[in-house]
Amino acid sequence: MKSRKRPARKAARATPKKRVLRQAPKRAAKTGRTKSARSGAYADFMVQAYAMENDARDRYTEFADQMEVHNNREVAQLFRKLARIEGLHAERIVKEMGWRKPPSAAEAWMWRQSEAPESVPSSGELHYLMQPYHALELALQCEQRAASFFTGITRSTAPADVKRIAKAMAADERDHVRLIQDWMRKVEKPHAGWDIDLDPPTYSE
Amino acid sequence: MNAPAPAASFKPQQFKSDVKPVWCPGCGDYTVLSSITKALAALEVRPENVAVVSGIGCSSRIPAYTTCYGFHGVHGRALAAATGLKVARPDLTVIAAGGDGDGYSIGGNHFLHACRRNVDLTYIVMDNRVYGMTKGQPSPTTEPDWDSKLSPHGTGLREFHPLVIALASGANFIARATSSDPNGTAELIAQAVRHPGFSFIEVLSPCVTFRPEQRSWKDMVHPAPVAPTDDPARAARRLMTDDGFNIGVLFAGHRKPYQPVKSATPRSVAELAAEFVL
Repeated sequence: MKSRKRPARKAARATPKKRVLRQAPKRAAKTGRTKSARSGAYADFMVQAYAMENDARDRYTEFADQMEVHNNREVAQLFRKLARIEGLHAERIVKEMGWRKPPSAAEAWMWRQSEAPESVPSSGELHYLMQPYHALELALQCEQRAASFFTGITRSTAPADVKRIAKAMAADERDHVRLIQDWMRKVEKPHAGWDIDLDPPTYSE
Repeated sequence: MNAPAPAASFKPQQFKSDVKPVWCPGCGDYTVLSSITKALAALEVRPENVAVVSGIGCSSRIPAYTTCYGFHGVHGRALAAATGLKVARPDLTVIAAGGDGDGYSIGGNHFLHACRRNVDLTYIVMDNRVYGMTKGQPSPTTEPDWDSKLSPHGTGLREFHPLVIALASGANFIARATSSDPNGTAELIAQAVRHPGFSFIEVLSPCVTFRPEQRSWKDMVHPAPVAPTDDPARAARRLMTDDGFNIGVLFAGHRKPYQPVKSATPRSVAELAAEFVL
């Protein structure tokens, strides 16, 4: 692995983290339902939502580790930050549901689609020279997918309490989309040839 | 001493070790590692009851990244070590893992005979159609026209068809997975482990460094259009006309796994040695 020095990009650290975290109580307020009035489908849905946030956190953590191994510290920090945010979302669900412990792994990993909607695809999307803007582009796609996922549930035949919480979650995810877009405006856009490495690790002659 | 935690309480993350993988960012092998850990959590096994055995290559680093018992062995010999281990310790869940070069070239002969023996273990091959660790030489599954600095104008050689060969050699479970579908791959691995006998899973796992064009595999893969069959003749016809991107279980047979009868009483080393005296 090669060591590389990068100019610090202050803008990349201008995280809108606090804004994301302040939204925590909103979901519960919007649903306005007591635990006893909720259907079994509601709990199932929250297990799925929890798995989704958890999966996203794990994926960002893996990406942060990968970037650290390849000495791309700036992007590693950014992925670490995104992982923390997703982890807080997962914790919020646990708190809201009053679970003593999170649902078991077996329940959580069975997805209808190949990837959880809010997770960056696990392979093929990263580059060791990628920049914060690229990482945010990936995060943006995830938030957009998550918003579509929850919006889809609001249009489904799910029980009313599930639809209600899905609507609140879709609104949250749309907020996240806007936050990431704001964040991207503060980050330097990659120049053409950002992936050119004059001493590539793949040199084979 | 505290009582051991029930197996069902192990989460996928608990099957991952603290060793950080050194694969290239974007490599498909990260997904396979994740899928293995998810499958093990779903199978409700304990890390100390699982052994991950490998040979040499990028993907063969995988045992170090798990908290299971691991053996990073000799090039191409993952299946030999895994077979010996399973025969000696049938109580363990044994997973052999590696790449296409390790499994089909250096270990090609072991692959044939592991299929034939049908010992109850699971073999996961992360196929990227290139020797990545040694900087991009063509492997047995590389397309004949793949033009690279190390194989100008391509090798011109017909590629190896591992699924067809596995079937012909007697593998009891044959599946293809893709690293672009981590949950689907986890499900296939769990099915493979549960299925008695030798289970073989080929995972299409792109090498983003030497074969960046393989990023498009995620758009080329598709679920196998037919249900798994237990009829080898039907499976053979399917696999011979396979486009290489069908994902799912392609064959699930009923052959009885090979497991030698264990002696009722333990024997001394001297007694064992006496059997080899000419």
